[in-house]
Amino acid sequence: MISVSSTKRVCLLAMLCLAIFAFLGAGDEDARFNTVGHKMMCVCGCNQVLLECNHVGCRYSDRMRGELSSALSRADSDDLVLQSFVQEYGPTVLIAPTNAGFNRVAWIMPYLALVLGVTTVVLIVRAWRFRPLRAHASVVAPVSGVELEHFREQARKETGI
Amino acid sequence: MAQIGSFALLLALALSAYSFLAGLLALLRPGAGSERLGETARRAGIAAFAVVLLAAVVLVIAAFQDDFSIAYIFHHSNRDLPAPYKFATLWSGQEGSLLFWSLLLSAYGLVLRLRHKTDSRLFAHASVIIAAVQVFFLLLLNFAAHPFAIMQGSLPEDGNGLNPLLQYPEMVIHPPMLYLGYVGFTVPFAFALGALIMRYPGEKWIHITRRWTMVTWGLLTCGIFLGAHWAYSVLGWGGYWGWDPVENASFLPWLTGTAFLHSVMMQEKRGMLKVWNMWLIFATFMLSIFGTFLTRSGVVSSVHAFAQSSIGTWFVVFLSIILVVCGVFYVMNHEHLRSEHRLESLVSRESSFLFNNLLFVVACFAVLWGTLFPILSDWVQGHKITVGPPFFNRVMIPVALLVLLLTAVGPLLCWGKTSVDSLKRNFLWPTVGALAIAAFLIATPVSWGSPFGMRPWHDISYLYSLMAITLSALVAFTVISEFIRGGHVISRHTGQNLFASMVHLAHRNTRRYGGYIVHFGVIVIIIGFAGAAFNQDKEKEMGFGDKMAIGPYTLVCRSYTQEDKPNYGSEWAIIDVFKGGRQIDTLYPERRFFKASQQMNTRPTIHSTLNEDLYLVYEGQNEDTGRPIVKAHLNPLVMWIWMGVWIMIAGTVIALIPNAAAAVRVPAPVRVQAEPVGAGD
Repeated sequence: MISVSSTKRVCLLAMLCLAIFAFLGAGDEDARFNTVGHKMMCVCGCNQVLLECNHVGCRYSDRMRGELSSALSRADSDDLVLQSFVQEYGPTVLIAPTNAGFNRVAWIMPYLALVLGVTTVVLIVRAWRFRPLRAHASVVAPVSGVELEHFREQARKETGI
Repeated sequence: MAQIGSFALLLALALSAYSFLAGLLALLRPGAGSERLGETARRAGIAAFAVVLLAAVVLVIAAFQDDFSIAYIFHHSNRDLPAPYKFATLWSGQEGSLLFWSLLLSAYGLVLRLRHKTDSRLFAHASVIIAAVQVFFLLLLNFAAHPFAIMQGSLPEDGNGLNPLLQYPEMVIHPPMLYLGYVGFTVPFAFALGALIMRYPGEKWIHITRRWTMVTWGLLTCGIFLGAHWAYSVLGWGGYWGWDPVENASFLPWLTGTAFLHSVMMQEKRGMLKVWNMWLIFATFMLSIFGTFLTRSGVVSSVHAFAQSSIGTWFVVFLSIILVVCGVFYVMNHEHLRSEHRLESLVSRESSFLFNNLLFVVACFAVLWGTLFPILSDWVQGHKITVGPPFFNRVMIPVALLVLLLTAVGPLLCWGKTSVDSLKRNFLWPTVGALAIAAFLIATPVSWGSPFGMRPWHDISYLYSLMAITLSALVAFTVISEFIRGGHVISRHTGQNLFASMVHLAHRNTRRYGGYIVHFGVIVIIIGFAGAAFNQDKEKEMGFGDKMAIGPYTLVCRSYTQEDKPNYGSEWAIIDVFKGGRQIDTLYPERRFFKASQQMNTRPTIHSTLNEDLYLVYEGQNEDTGRPIVKAHLNPLVMWIWMGVWIMIAGTVIALIPNAAAAVRVPAPVRVQAEPVGAGD
């Protein structure tokens, strides 16, 4: 049988756990607010991130922050919150292209350009390396006069000393 | 006033058109009379400068005289506007900035035409091309964006005033710098196209344009960073670069221009990449024009697009003409651009330049792609989307890190081929040093503050930050080792001390060692950028005596006050800043209400140290409680960015100084043990 004091203790422990859980949730909510708020633009035309819009008297950012806060407190998922903002304010509210549909092209192209570029440079280097020499390197003939001066000038240019 | 300005613009158009047509005729029909005709074209180009200058002076005088009969002055000035901003009215709106562009172009043309004896035929070609570009801008000024248009109806008492965001001291120098950069690329473009048209032998045109390109590049760099500093000091969001389309527009020609400054060395020293260099400079010029189009046309929405209209079509047509002209002459004369050498090894200075150029061009493509993707999305999906900082950061940071790696590696590679021994000798200690710094940053406690106590496994931005600082350290060590190694060689020959030897060394090859100093400036800037991973901010309603803690600082609100000035009314908070229990500063974040434009504007205040910036914004009052709101940002290492820019400028200036004659001359080639003095520039 559980005594009264034990019951009290269990209740207190449960309340403590709930409080900790609630505070943890609050911390999470702040972090989520910050994360999701940085995935959206303010739509007032300032071209700034929602949480960074500091326009005095901005008619949008305060309202949007309030909406974001209440959406997060309803325990909606981040994606759902973002979707609801897209429906309300249009696709320009998202700060970066989504990774879906045609928008994926935005993300792919720069990396594709890099890969294609590296491939091209490697192929060019290979092609240039195997391009035939104008003179056989093994045949070393003594040089003098203008030609020697030419080579010295070339050496000076290439070493920079 | 307006009549004088209008007449000057018409006369300038006539002179530029004559300079273009007469110069072209003289080049097309060489003969006895062509020399005289060419000379008249040259003089007409010089006269065009005087006339465009007259138009610009008239506009400035009109601003100072509050001549609101001129629509441009009415829209961009007001009676109480301080004198420096009245002067800046010249470039504050579309018509004025196009006039300013035209003025700078004619000034560059003037210098070029005065120096025509360097190589009269090449300069004649370049002069004709510059005249053609000038004709385009003067056509725009005369028929599409007239700066001297007269106000309709009754004369207004006062003007609308200058955009409050532009009423900041830096705005008096930021646009001129940027424009000097943009417009300046016309000169190397003109020489490159001229050299292609006349199948100019050798690399002399490169030597002639090198200084132009470096000066232009330096000015564009200054312009970009002045813009970043202005954004940081005025916009009040705590950042300096937001990947805004207009910011991107200035960055695009900078990227290709930087690629050109590197790859042109391959053409000078090895006779390679001739086609690539030609197209790089063409692209740089076209991107400069494209940047103006982006700023002025309103095709993309931007917080910086201060003046927009429908002149976009003009720019599209002009860009198309440039592309066609460049393409036609390239097809006709590309045989002339054959490489003279082959590439011998993948591990060589040449291939490092190739990869360096690849990365700059990919970066340029990525920025262009992100800037224009909203328009593409509109075409394809029927709606615009936003491509903001997260996209650019995710795409550009890896590319920037690779560029940084090449900046460390490239200068130590030899032309032709680099041996494994040479690689080991040159890279061992710089690599060990850089890794030691990385280990130190990870091992130090978080309590030391940013950038110490880095935990790269916590967040990808911390990882990027650590990589950026480590690679920057690698670059720094390689640059220092290059100076020391070269200095030792000079010291041994001359008996000077090491420092004097290093100065001597830099003076003997200013371009190479100036370039290293520019690289050093770049890494200081990169370290500044890396600090952004650790930015913090806090916002709080602060009444009298209220406190806010951020990082090591405690802010205490002492008071609020107001002031009324002729041009604006302002209110500001007085915030005492404490660190470690001791008051270190008092800051005055402010917001202003500009009377003429009826616009509100914040003026942040910054307590700047080498470690971090404490950045305060007075955001106004809570409508419900009436209590003032203050936002505090803690931005680590921002000062490094501005220091890095000064170092870059110093490096550019050094690179422009002519080389001193060698103090030690070797009389004849002798067999010697090779000294490890680096690999040439």
